[in-house]
Amino acid sequence: MTLNPDLTITFSPMHRLQWEEAQQKDVILYPEGMVELNQSSAEILKLCDGSRRLEQVVADLEQKFSTRGLINDVTSFLEVALNNGWIKQP
Amino acid sequence: MAGSNNPKPTPPRWLLAELTYKCPLQCPYCSNPLDYAQHNSEISTADWKRVLSQARKMGAVQLGFSGGEPLSRQDLPELVEHARQLGYYTNLITSGYGLNEEKIIQLKEAGLDHIQLSIQASTQELNDHIAGTVSYENKKVVAHLIKKHGYPMVLCVVIHRENIHQMQQILEMAEELGADYVELANTQYYGWAHKNRDLLMPTKEQYETAEAIAQAYKEQVADKMKIYYIIPDFHEDRPKACMNGWGTTFLTIAPDGVALPCHSARELPGLDCPNVNDFSIEQIWNDSKAFNFFRGYEWMKEPCRSCDEKEKDFGGCRCQAYLLTGDMYSTDPVCSKSPDHPLIDDAIHTARISALSSDEKPLIFRNSKNSKKHTLNS
Repeated sequence: MTLNPDLTITFSPMHRLQWEEAQQKDVILYPEGMVELNQSSAEILKLCDGSRRLEQVVADLEQKFSTRGLINDVTSFLEVALNNGWIKQP
Repeated sequence: MAGSNNPKPTPPRWLLAELTYKCPLQCPYCSNPLDYAQHNSEISTADWKRVLSQARKMGAVQLGFSGGEPLSRQDLPELVEHARQLGYYTNLITSGYGLNEEKIIQLKEAGLDHIQLSIQASTQELNDHIAGTVSYENKKVVAHLIKKHGYPMVLCVVIHRENIHQMQQILEMAEELGADYVELANTQYYGWAHKNRDLLMPTKEQYETAEAIAQAYKEQVADKMKIYYIIPDFHEDRPKACMNGWGTTFLTIAPDGVALPCHSARELPGLDCPNVNDFSIEQIWNDSKAFNFFRGYEWMKEPCRSCDEKEKDFGGCRCQAYLLTGDMYSTDPVCSKSPDHPLIDDAIHTARISALSSDEKPLIFRNSKNSKKHTLNS
């Protein structure tokens, strides 16, 4: 599956994104499993709330971290996320 | 002999709450101990809530409500609600017996995240035979209700010689029922399954055929259904990394409050497994004899001790080593480096002869009568 830049991105209702105090990191929880996220992956996924397309996710991240040129990194992570079922597109 | 003195064990991540040993089903490969009928007390709702809170504080995040049949505890929704408020990801591991739409809604409102439903075969006749209870039609109804109410659903099918020929039909059934995941759990031979091993273990050819079917199906449904294939370790050269290492990740609490490093550990002698009514989870996890017993590598014998793969598989499964060799410190005989490895070849051979013979013994079903009988005999 490839990401469609024209469609909005939503975090999967079959998964849960949660901050874990004991681990000091965000994790994705799903039936009998857990994925630990680094900070940038977690920041990307938190923007996948169904209101933004790829371009808007990138723009918001670049603004938040006062940087540019994130498009390639964000796209490749979101494709991984899509193939793992962590995010959905309509 | 016991354990290393590792000052800081990693915290528990996975808590298996075996709420009760009561179960309307009688599966002959049940993972509960053979002598479960001797342990018939159950800790209270307040005890469970305290245990859940203490384990969560240490870092446990995945929580399995299991049993027996966890639905036979009337306080299940209350425990789910408490667990969800603490931030656990809550899994219900059920036979589906006693689950109706009202209960499914009630559990959803309490915050239950996921339901894992067991099904024994792809046909009513075989399912009801293996389960020892009429349950097939109800399971299918329950599966539809689980999906109707928006839960992720894992369909769990334990694979053995009686149903392995149905692999294709089992996968088709799982897809039709809308399972998000199907767990094909090749039987692990402890407890009841150990007792019934000659009748349950498929031949190598059966495993190979079934695995090829599962692999092909996996590719076909990749986008909508994930397939977890739990390997039949008797046919491997190296043992499984049992429990991800003793006392590193998994914590099981049995119905009577006994804390176990794995759900089979009750069968091991001399561990003195602690009870949650006597100690906190933190004391149990960090300081108890049982949880430190096989931590680290100091306890190992040869060939594990000097093996360059010991950090990969931790010497395999302690319960399997004990059941097969009588020595819980020995290398899991599944390992081809183990001097006891011929025991595995013998087991496969004996099961094969049993499969080909016409006068098989009957399966020993998991129920209180058989539990009492086989505890006395062993």
